Amino acid sequence: METILFSLLNGVIYGLLLFMLSSGLTLIFSMMGILNFAHASFYMLGAYFAYSFTQVTSFWLALIFAPILVGLFGAAVERWGLRKVHANGHVAELLFTFGLAYLIDEVVKIIWGKNTVDYQIPHALDFPLFELFGAQYPAYRMFILVVAVAMLAVLWYLLKRTRIGLIIQASLTHPHMVGHLGHNVPRIFMAVFGAGCALAALAGVIGGNYLTTEPSMATFMGPVVFVVVVVGGLGSLEGAFIASLLIGLMQTFAISISASFGDIFGWAGLSPTSELGSITISSLAPMLPFLMLVLILMIRPNGLMGTREV
Amino acid sequence: MKRIMSAALAAMVLAVPAGQAMSETLKIAFIDPLSGPFGGTGDAGLRHWEHAANLVNADDGVNGNQVEIIGFDNKINPKESLIQLQKAIDQGVRYIAQGNGSSVASALIDAIDKHNKRNPGEEVLFLNYAAVDPVFTNDRCSFWHFRFDSDADMKMEAVTDWINNKPEIKKVYIIGQDYSFGKAVAAAAVKMIGEKRPDIEIVGNELHPLGKVKDFTPYIQKMISSEADAVITGNWGADMVLLVKAATSSGHDVPYLTYYAGGLGAAAAMGEGAVGRVLTVSEVNTNLDTPGAQDELIDGFEDKYTEISYYYQRVFNAMNMLDMAATKADSIDPTKVAMALEGMEYETPYGTVTMRADNHQILQSLYMSTFSKDVKRDVEKTGLGWVSGEGDKIEAADTAMETSCKMSRP
Repeated sequence: METILFSLLNGVIYGLLLFMLSSGLTLIFSMMGILNFAHASFYMLGAYFAYSFTQVTSFWLALIFAPILVGLFGAAVERWGLRKVHANGHVAELLFTFGLAYLIDEVVKIIWGKNTVDYQIPHALDFPLFELFGAQYPAYRMFILVVAVAMLAVLWYLLKRTRIGLIIQASLTHPHMVGHLGHNVPRIFMAVFGAGCALAALAGVIGGNYLTTEPSMATFMGPVVFVVVVVGGLGSLEGAFIASLLIGLMQTFAISISASFGDIFGWAGLSPTSELGSITISSLAPMLPFLMLVLILMIRPNGLMGTREV
Repeated sequence: MKRIMSAALAAMVLAVPAGQAMSETLKIAFIDPLSGPFGGTGDAGLRHWEHAANLVNADDGVNGNQVEIIGFDNKINPKESLIQLQKAIDQGVRYIAQGNGSSVASALIDAIDKHNKRNPGEEVLFLNYAAVDPVFTNDRCSFWHFRFDSDADMKMEAVTDWINNKPEIKKVYIIGQDYSFGKAVAAAAVKMIGEKRPDIEIVGNELHPLGKVKDFTPYIQKMISSEADAVITGNWGADMVLLVKAATSSGHDVPYLTYYAGGLGAAAAMGEGAVGRVLTVSEVNTNLDTPGAQDELIDGFEDKYTEISYYYQRVFNAMNMLDMAATKADSIDPTKVAMALEGMEYETPYGTVTMRADNHQILQSLYMSTFSKDVKRDVEKTGLGWVSGEGDKIEAADTAMETSCKMSRP
């Protein structure tokens, strides 16, 4: 019982963190039709900026200004980088973001060093919130949950209930029409790209001290985020949300299952001491997102909620 | 290619004046992770080697030769390590120091054996300061490999002795990193607990991917559900830090018996919550009573490298024994030094250590240390440190184990 409850909580938090990262990516994809390979690098930049902020000021300022800074940087990348490259087609754009990811990786190593930086949870949130079945639950995790849900609500309201959201949605499908109506479509693209990067950075700010802040964090998160976007359906926010939670829950639940193949398929004559039989479900946890990716592409090539082909 | 040529040329030009002064430079290649999740741990090791080299150099060097430590980043990848090994050998390095990762040590032992067979007269010697898979001094022992740390079995002997004296411990959980070392620790724990305390139930025996887990909370959750009375782990580096971080924030209040909680970053992550609860087995803790000279050495080290705490006594042991062996052989030729190292005894501030001749495994006293608030010398500026009391010392001779090593000497 307690295992289920805690796995549920931890899984939801990890899932929401993933969603924060992938929501920007999926928005950008649906607008520009390109997968931004550098997206996880903006997540890393968010964490590092926040770390630098906490060195001189407080975590709370970092929470506000680190995403804004990264968002501005993202907008600049779109304005002076991607827009130029766009003329040469999708492959050039893809390669551009690919190169950018490596560039950011190296720059981060030069500025902050190759090792993990000591990015700490703020003192005000460093206490156990409640105790359940003999285990304490840290307050910071709840804080992540609150921030993620708040972000989700704002994003939903912005896209579905405001005029800005209306224009953004229209420019996703009918950019020329929106342009003819007098809106500056390239500027909308720039704003969305910047906002997407800022969301990734926000995930970095609150995820960097919950997990770890190190130069390989982008390469670690990158593949998982792509899985989320593809499984959810390219360009679908709802899909990304479902896929994030699914992956978060699957990974945490898998870890809590100690049974091995031998225990499960013992009836079929698989011995728990054999090579295959001794594999435990928990050791499969890191593999599950990718297994899901492969299966989804086979069964539902559009993803869970997607409308277009991958 | 051109650039390499010109670099080589420049190196030759620079090397000429040094060559005129009769003595040569003894180069030690330090091949360990210097980036990535284990970069901090590797870097701390490098600082210890550099400091030990500086001390020996200030005192006339190794048999009159100045020591130079060259760091090579292997990204804790065995394949990359072999590339770095070749690079080091090409630079004329004849001594290799490595410690982080038995998977890496295993690859290096094989490669060095092959190299030495094919290049007589240009032998390379491997000074292993931390890779503790017991197999390296048993079935796969090599004349060219010397281990200056107690192996996983010897440390587990100390850990299980401690458990043996605690009748209240009835259930034990084992967690480790999923590679040869983690498996060796788990196997040793299961075997020795079974022999010493057959009444203890092993409620969990888990391996997690090396350096990939960023949040250990689900694992801690599992341990809490299993009602374990103690946790045994061989984790090191980021895996150690994140494990205790998750344990502390979940309030998991049982003894953690660790190999490497004394390593870099763990103390800061544990904080007050871990006092009296986390234990570590090692050849040293900085609160043991020692002659004043040792205190000066530790002060000198911690003043110079303010970010890290004194941890690897064994690196200083290795450096001094290398010096003694070279002096005894009156040469820095690896073959002669290796011969002289066999069976060598050395007085450390923490007792006598002996390099076994039959399998090249060091015998040193081990201490079970407990994380404590009441310390003379803290670690990582936390105000907390490691202490051991009565009965926490295991004498060097008692750590000796039978070996299956059949050494073939040149």
